[in-house]
Amino acid sequence: MKFFVCWPAMRKEENKVMRNNLFALVKKESLHILRDKRTMLIVILIPVVLIVLFGFAISTEVNNVNVAVVAPDRTNGVNDAVNRIAHNDYFTFCGYINQDEIDQQLRSGKVSAVIVFAPDFDRRMEQIYAGLPSTPIIQLIVDASNVNSAGAATAYMQEILLGTESQQAMFETRMLFNPQMKSAYNFVPGIMGLIFILVCAMMTSVSIVREKEVGTMEVLLVSPMRPTKVFFAKMIPYFVISCVVLIIILLLSYYLLHVPMSGGVWGIFSMSLLYVLLSLSLGLLVSIVVKTQVAALLLSGMVMMLPMLLLSGMLFPIENFPKFFEVLSNVVPARWYIEGIRKMMIQGSPFVAVWKEFTILLGMTVLFFGMSLLKFNDKLE
Amino acid sequence: MSETVISVRNLTKRFGNFTAVNNISFDVYRGEIFGFLGANGAGKTTAMRMLCGLSYPTSGSGTVAGFNVMREGEMIKRHIGYMSQRFSLYNTLTVGENIKLFAGIYGLSKQVTAKRSEELLARLKFSSERDTLVKALPLGWKQKLAFAIAGIHRPEIIFLDEPTGGVDPVTRRQFWEMIYEAAEGGTTIFVTTHYMDEAEYCSRVSIMVDGEVRALDTPTRLKQQFNAGSMDEVFRMLARDAQRGE
Repeated sequence: MKFFVCWPAMRKEENKVMRNNLFALVKKESLHILRDKRTMLIVILIPVVLIVLFGFAISTEVNNVNVAVVAPDRTNGVNDAVNRIAHNDYFTFCGYINQDEIDQQLRSGKVSAVIVFAPDFDRRMEQIYAGLPSTPIIQLIVDASNVNSAGAATAYMQEILLGTESQQAMFETRMLFNPQMKSAYNFVPGIMGLIFILVCAMMTSVSIVREKEVGTMEVLLVSPMRPTKVFFAKMIPYFVISCVVLIIILLLSYYLLHVPMSGGVWGIFSMSLLYVLLSLSLGLLVSIVVKTQVAALLLSGMVMMLPMLLLSGMLFPIENFPKFFEVLSNVVPARWYIEGIRKMMIQGSPFVAVWKEFTILLGMTVLFFGMSLLKFNDKLE
Repeated sequence: MSETVISVRNLTKRFGNFTAVNNISFDVYRGEIFGFLGANGAGKTTAMRMLCGLSYPTSGSGTVAGFNVMREGEMIKRHIGYMSQRFSLYNTLTVGENIKLFAGIYGLSKQVTAKRSEELLARLKFSSERDTLVKALPLGWKQKLAFAIAGIHRPEIIFLDEPTGGVDPVTRRQFWEMIYEAAEGGTTIFVTTHYMDEAEYCSRVSIMVDGEVRALDTPTRLKQQFNAGSMDEVFRMLARDAQRGE
């Protein structure tokens, strides 16, 4: 039977619905991605490795905390207290120092905490037991760079210093070097912002441009697939991957790092998905503008990742920026995303509290999505 | 006489000040192998893109498979097949997957896809290669596969854009056997090429120079007209005065 017999009945098929051709294309994209094992590995591994590394680098344990003491009067009470610290396995007593040495000792890292006993200690202690009002008699000055262990160490010190007779009112605590008490897991929102830009913007743009380079894009455009469908077929697999990565990150953050996430998981999810859509649109915009994969990489790198790293508040606090950069950071989508996620994940704010960030991201997404859709259709001409 | 499947009148394409295609007119009849020749830069690809629904003419009109080039681009696309210079197959997918993909894109149902896939593979003697990645195939096989896939939805017209680049003459000859067979079955073939010996294989040939059609006839009559021994000579005589191209 001749293979190419042309049936006049073709015309009748005009009204036949183009069944499932979107699905065919999505399947192809997925196959491409899955077969590119190296890239898959990188995309999944980066967040895992980053989070695990950071997580374990920040220990929450109290161990070998070096402690120095400032005690103008070495009374019995003071000696007792100091002995308790010295004999405790978790603390290492490093000796008595002077008031003016405190800053230097802490800053240089020689000690992690300094305990300062008030003058006339024993008498003041009696006063407190008698129920008379008094100012705190022990000052704890703690290096709070590692917030988790600093908190634990402080609590522990309070417990053991005066034995069973400790009372809250006796202590004044000062956490140094970390006035906002930023926890180590503050980097997680930053990582999320980074990963999604990487996966969605960079990878999508490279994938589309690759088709342009190889020449298969032309074939798709000639086919009955409407450009819009090609557009969506490219986005869907990366959207799915992003969801998988998002889930992995959230699971790791919750179980491994004990990030509170008290703001509700759904809020975090919605905002993240919105951000993913935004990044996908950006990736598509880049792919429309450039002609080679190298250019796609460069453009996504320069125009997206760099501002993201520097201006989004991920690494450097925005409040410290010169006015010009502070204003500029408003344009970086990642800035709003990271802020919103931080509020929900770390401060535990409910979703309604981040409506401002969400709305801005929504506006940006609509803008970029619309732009890329329009430009993609224009490609015909 | 034969039915007209492509009809072009005063088709023009301008990009700003530059006129890529200047007022071309011709007809293509069902079942013929129509060769669209010209040097690089002469305007062949631009003209073909307009016929495929890939770009809009600046002026003039045309119908392809009965559909208007200006307004019914989407319908045109459903009724034509296309094979690009670079063979339009996905290297990272297998033979079978490529067939399924394009069948899916052209809206063929699962049953039809399966049937045609079998036929295609048997015809090409590829049945054992169904699960081979395309990038592992030799160039000549890729070419044949691309052509077969271009016709999977039984289009009326198949457009071929320089389909035989980089392939040895024996393989090219075999490829043209496939084209003959398709034409015999009633499919019209519209092929651009810059290999002048292939021009001899066509039913009729048009030669574009500087955006215009300078010759249009059967190879035999063109050779008579220009007193030339081969299409190559015909072409060189016409191209001598060309302003554009190599």
